[in-house]
Amino acid sequence: MNLEELYQEVILDHSKRPRNFGPLPDATVTVRGDNPSCGDEIELSLKLNGDQIEDVKFTGQGCAICMASASLLTLKVKKKDKAQAETLLTGFKDMLTAPEAPESNEALGDLQIFSAVRRFPQRVKCATLSWRALEQALEAHAGSVTTEEPAS
Amino acid sequence: MAAGERSWEEIRKDFPVLDQEVNGRKLIYFDNAATSQKPLSVIEAMTCYYEHDNANVHRGLHELSNRATAGYEGARARLAAYIGAQEEEIIFTRGTTESINLVARAWGEEYLKAGDVVLLTEMEHHSNIVPWQMLAQRRGVKLRFIPITPEGTLDLTNLDQLLEGVKLFSFVHISNSLGTINPAAELVRRAKAAGATVLVDAAQSAGHLPLDVKELGCDFLALSGHKMCGPTGIGLLYGRREILDAMPPFHGGGEMISTVTFEGSQYKPSPYRFEAGTPAIAEAIGLAAAAEYIDGIGRARIWEHDQLLAREGLAVLSQIPGIRILGPLDHRAGLVAFTLQSAHAHDVVSMADQEGLALRGGHHCTQPLLRKLGVPASSRASFAFYNTIEEIHRMGEILKKVQAFFA
Ligand SMILES: Cc1ncc(COP(=O)(O)O)c(C=O)c1O
Repeated sequence: MNLEELYQEVILDHSKRPRNFGPLPDATVTVRGDNPSCGDEIELSLKLNGDQIEDVKFTGQGCAICMASASLLTLKVKKKDKAQAETLLTGFKDMLTAPEAPESNEALGDLQIFSAVRRFPQRVKCATLSWRALEQALEAHAGSVTTEEPAS
Repeated sequence: MAAGERSWEEIRKDFPVLDQEVNGRKLIYFDNAATSQKPLSVIEAMTCYYEHDNANVHRGLHELSNRATAGYEGARARLAAYIGAQEEEIIFTRGTTESINLVARAWGEEYLKAGDVVLLTEMEHHSNIVPWQMLAQRRGVKLRFIPITPEGTLDLTNLDQLLEGVKLFSFVHISNSLGTINPAAELVRRAKAAGATVLVDAAQSAGHLPLDVKELGCDFLALSGHKMCGPTGIGLLYGRREILDAMPPFHGGGEMISTVTFEGSQYKPSPYRFEAGTPAIAEAIGLAAAAEYIDGIGRARIWEHDQLLAREGLAVLSQIPGIRILGPLDHRAGLVAFTLQSAHAHDVVSMADQEGLALRGGHHCTQPLLRKLGVPASSRASFAFYNTIEEIHRMGEILKKVQAFFA
């Protein structure tokens, strides 16, 4: 699939009309993610009830890939439990960053469209930003994540 | 074109990399502000050095070492001539970034103390901000910034006030994000009159227009070889002789000392004092070949052509619906950064790449500037003399398509 097809399939739709976009007043955890190299900035909020993700929303701005990925993320993890969300998270990250591209992963559903981003290494960060925020939120750590590795 | 001059079409053929397809389309390389392409003469000068003369410099008594030394020192002389300096005033560095860090470390730590003011501008590249912030942390110096106008030029209304008590003024000659050409000679004159030492970041101007440090009157000037048709890993710092002679060293090691005992060392005079360790010999030779190449065409002629490309680029981009062009609309260099209302810079650059068009997207290492402009990221087309008007028109078509796609 070329990039244009990738955009056409789903990304344009979700980036122009992001789902679950807006503040979540009764959030239990909020994580800010930013990608300083290009200015993508999103904020992902979860309402956790025990292990259950009751609600999830995001705000922010970024490129089409970043926004579409965040939009699809919210659709996928809403009403799931933490373990299910973690499975999706691992699947998504592996699809984009594992040294060997994994076999297709049916559980990811629509998200599989992003496997094409693998071939554009500069854009992997855009696609994974919201997922990195989710990862931190699932550990119930409010705060922020960045695509840049901090100096230790 | 004057009699005996090679045509631009012919000159373009000196750059083998330009003749290729990318993603099935003819490559249009418009990322020249990030790094320029290299002509065959530069590539061959470096290959020739490795094939025939390679040895370490200044240390061997043998023939190859003599040749390497002659090549390296010859490169210094060539670069001195390129900017109107003396050989002793040319320090080879890895590029603009290292040159500025050298001044911040060696000069700044010697001469600046807590409370002293370093004046910068709001349009600086990170390489002319971060070294001074680091110095501010170590030494307590204060940083001050000349603001920009909404058009993207320096707001010089209060320059005299801003210059009050300034020990060092460091500014960019041509902005890599805005294309603004700063009035370097005037800025230097006024800063010197106010008693400041002045550094000019010539990264974006060195390969494009005639530069003469004596005419500019600056104390330091930094440039990068790779942005002026030379190799990566080499650049220079020009320092006025009296200043370099009094300045302590930067790195310590071989090549920069005259005698070393276990108790202490005596340093060589400049510029050797500032060049510790084995230098980038082939790169220096390649950079000299680049200077020779550029002057073979003529910088006045290159600048004229740049201006033509800049005007055409601006005209073509202005036609695209929803575009916002950053920086001034006239009197600017051959680079144009912009945003599209419908599409984020990353999407623009990725889609353009699918058409063989190489643009830069992001903050162009000027995050504070873009934040001030309220732009999270922008796309940038930057031209060089080997680019053509047809390429600019093709860019216009591609970007119109991208704009429509995301609209
Ligand atoms: C205006 C300006 N200053 C400094 C630099 C840094 O140059 P280098 O990365 O070669 O050290 C650049 C390069 O992008 C630049 O455009």
